[in-house]
Amino acid sequence: MSSGIWFPVANTSDLPHRHVFQGRLEGRELAIWRADDGHVNIWENRCLHRGVRLSIGTNTGAELVCQYHGWRYANRSAGCTYIPAHPADAPARTVRNRTFPVLERYGLVWTHFSENTPAEPQPVGQYDDLTLRPIPIGAPGKLVWEFLSDHWDPGLGLAASDDLSYSNGTATLKLFLQPADSNRTIVRGLFNHQEADYDRGQVLLHLNTVLSELRTRIENEAARRPAPEPLIPAYVPVSAELAAMPERSVQTGMIRVHVARKTSAGEGVCSLELTPVSGTLPSFQPGAHIDISLPNGLTRQYSLINSPLETDRYIIGVKRENPSQGGSEVIHDTVREGDLLAISEPRNNFPLRRDAESTLFIAGGIGITPLLSMSAALNNQNLDFAFHYFTQNRAQRAFPERLDLLGSRLTSHLNLSPQQTSAEIAGILASPSADRQVYICGPGPMLDAARSIAEKQGWDEKAIHFEYFKNTREIDDSSSFEIALARSAMTLQVPAGQTILSVLRENGVDMPASCQQGACGTCLATVLEGEPDHQDVYLSRSEKDRGDRILTCISRAKSKRLVLDV
Amino acid sequence: MANQWYPLASVEETAVGRVHRTRLFGEPIAYAKDTAGTLTAWRCTGSQQPGSDPSTALPVIARYGYIWATIGTPDGDIFPIPEYGEADRRNVAAGTIGVQVSAQRAVENFLDMGHFPFVHTGILGQEPHTEVKEYNVAVSQDGREILATECLFYQPMASTVSTSGADVEYTYRVPHPTCSVLYKSSPLDEKRLDVIAIFCQPTGHETLRGHMMLSILDDVNTDDFIRNFQLHIFGQDKPILENQFPKRLPLEPRAETPIRADKTSIVYRRWLSQHGVTYGVIPASEQVNTP
Repeated sequence: MSSGIWFPVANTSDLPHRHVFQGRLEGRELAIWRADDGHVNIWENRCLHRGVRLSIGTNTGAELVCQYHGWRYANRSAGCTYIPAHPADAPARTVRNRTFPVLERYGLVWTHFSENTPAEPQPVGQYDDLTLRPIPIGAPGKLVWEFLSDHWDPGLGLAASDDLSYSNGTATLKLFLQPADSNRTIVRGLFNHQEADYDRGQVLLHLNTVLSELRTRIENEAARRPAPEPLIPAYVPVSAELAAMPERSVQTGMIRVHVARKTSAGEGVCSLELTPVSGTLPSFQPGAHIDISLPNGLTRQYSLINSPLETDRYIIGVKRENPSQGGSEVIHDTVREGDLLAISEPRNNFPLRRDAESTLFIAGGIGITPLLSMSAALNNQNLDFAFHYFTQNRAQRAFPERLDLLGSRLTSHLNLSPQQTSAEIAGILASPSADRQVYICGPGPMLDAARSIAEKQGWDEKAIHFEYFKNTREIDDSSSFEIALARSAMTLQVPAGQTILSVLRENGVDMPASCQQGACGTCLATVLEGEPDHQDVYLSRSEKDRGDRILTCISRAKSKRLVLDV
Repeated sequence: MANQWYPLASVEETAVGRVHRTRLFGEPIAYAKDTAGTLTAWRCTGSQQPGSDPSTALPVIARYGYIWATIGTPDGDIFPIPEYGEADRRNVAAGTIGVQVSAQRAVENFLDMGHFPFVHTGILGQEPHTEVKEYNVAVSQDGREILATECLFYQPMASTVSTSGADVEYTYRVPHPTCSVLYKSSPLDEKRLDVIAIFCQPTGHETLRGHMMLSILDDVNTDDFIRNFQLHIFGQDKPILENQFPKRLPLEPRAETPIRADKTSIVYRRWLSQHGVTYGVIPASEQVNTP
């Protein structure tokens, strides 16, 4: 790897709207692209899946889509947000392309490969800089440097003053060498004149002409010398877990975030915008939630409402609950803009399929939060959907400015009794179709009603997706039973009053978990033997009937013994 | 790998009485067809005329419409495609395309359904129907062949008579390190299968000539139409293949990121490793592991 300086690898003008520019530094290809929010990304020019150049992919403004299998990589984090071959799965979080540091200064885009961040490149003068047209030269950087240093005269009365700097008192030219490969060097440059009014076109033309002449001389000399071997970049291997196709992503540490904005987002609802204290936030998929550690010691789960275009922050919506269990109240009354919070990485147990002809969203109250993110993702890909939102009145509709973006696809259902709500849902779900997927989130009774309506009307259970905020069912934890862990080769006792999850953790078995009340699905485990006693609201009826999976935070065993694939 | 037969050119398209040049494993090879239809192939060591130097002669054979030769000692005939002999089938040597990538990359692409909606848009696939459903893959007991079965994928125009899309079932065979044969339900006779094969000629580590063969139930379309269609499909794959890096197929499991849909290619890469293949691949032991 090279010494610690920033190298220019593109001109700003190489990054027009929705373009992907192919750059090169020290033999390594770079995919350089600007998102619609202005952020410039410099990535390894290679899809992690099958090694296809990302520079032939599509810049959607928020994501880079690989041309081969449509894998989508998020602006900023380069995390993979969607794998079309498996629409029902959330990609493992760690599918993340290699990114390089980015600086955009003086009309140039810069990067470096060193471990420590080098000092930023300095401006040439205090007035506006002209960015020269890049001159690629088929010669090693050292040879180019020797020619430039050996009394090269750029004209315009400019004389060599410093390393690759030329000045005449009022004007300054500064050149930079980009070592693209062992035998390929790109000369980039900035020009500054103290007078605001001079013929820029004439200067650019002149410098382009003299540098082109120099290129010919250098390439003639290079042709007389043996060509160096091309540099072979080494690709970082993917993690062993990814190579082995993991069934489950492993929970990692917490992320520190600032509360950048706290605003009202409808009656009794506040919105928090969370930005990273340092670095980039991990990418997320629509439907994902985060755990937030609150100042009063509680941990709560909130869905991200972000659109895929918003990669610089996480946004959540919190409704004040009456009575509050201590989560919503703290967020409404105590948390302020500027506060630091610890959150988990986003987890997605409510993944959005994007292979349906059309999609139906049905939201009740604050249950709109994951569905906002989902509908924005479909909107972004021009996929068809309809959105039904049930609230008691118009003022209670959360995130009204985002609802406006849904246009005619939004139908608001106001002030309906539970019976009227059921009748409306029956109408919405009137015609089951194999080409349509339905996502429903809202209060428990509404979801229970929707579940039985869908079943009655003949919907395939796989096409209807529910997310409960919480498990309101009565939990019976009076049983005691034995669990055998097939992979860890352990047998443990779960006494009355304790959960499988807590017993696992006491015995040093790491199992990811989030809501710990059987609603979010994070702590799902495979059952190899025995009969589970399901107490969750996450698994569907047929999944429960199959008895091959269990939520370890809440469910128990009807049999004396359960064998788990843990 | 050297002890296998490799395709060189379509028998029918090889002009009589002329010397044709090509490469196999980087070596210059020549082949010719005489007026009696007799085929010859030899290593190019200066001699230009067929048979003028018997020491350079290579074993040669005609199968499935193509001329096959070997630089080694094959332990038998070319793998069987029994359907080729059925009387009512159209057998078409459907064209040859040169591609700047390793032959195994091209075979892996042939085995892949996930790219249909993105690369063969509107023909073999169509967004949003992108799911690769669970399928079976196994290696035969003698270890000679990979078989992937019950592979379902949505095709927008499932047959010439239908206007709507439906799932089409595919079966894939890999009976040779650089050849694959697929079976697909026939639009004309739902009980029988069309056969489409790709025979890759590794001209170098990072270059190939892909020869296509069809054995199908089709009494409507001309050979030229069928060839044009296959060339169109392969022409869509070519720019993707030529933008793959590295150009040789990496056999180290951590070199790329497989998903469940890639089960066949996982097995194919493992199978190449087990057979000690080193040509056109980056063997697992050589993978560079440091950034």
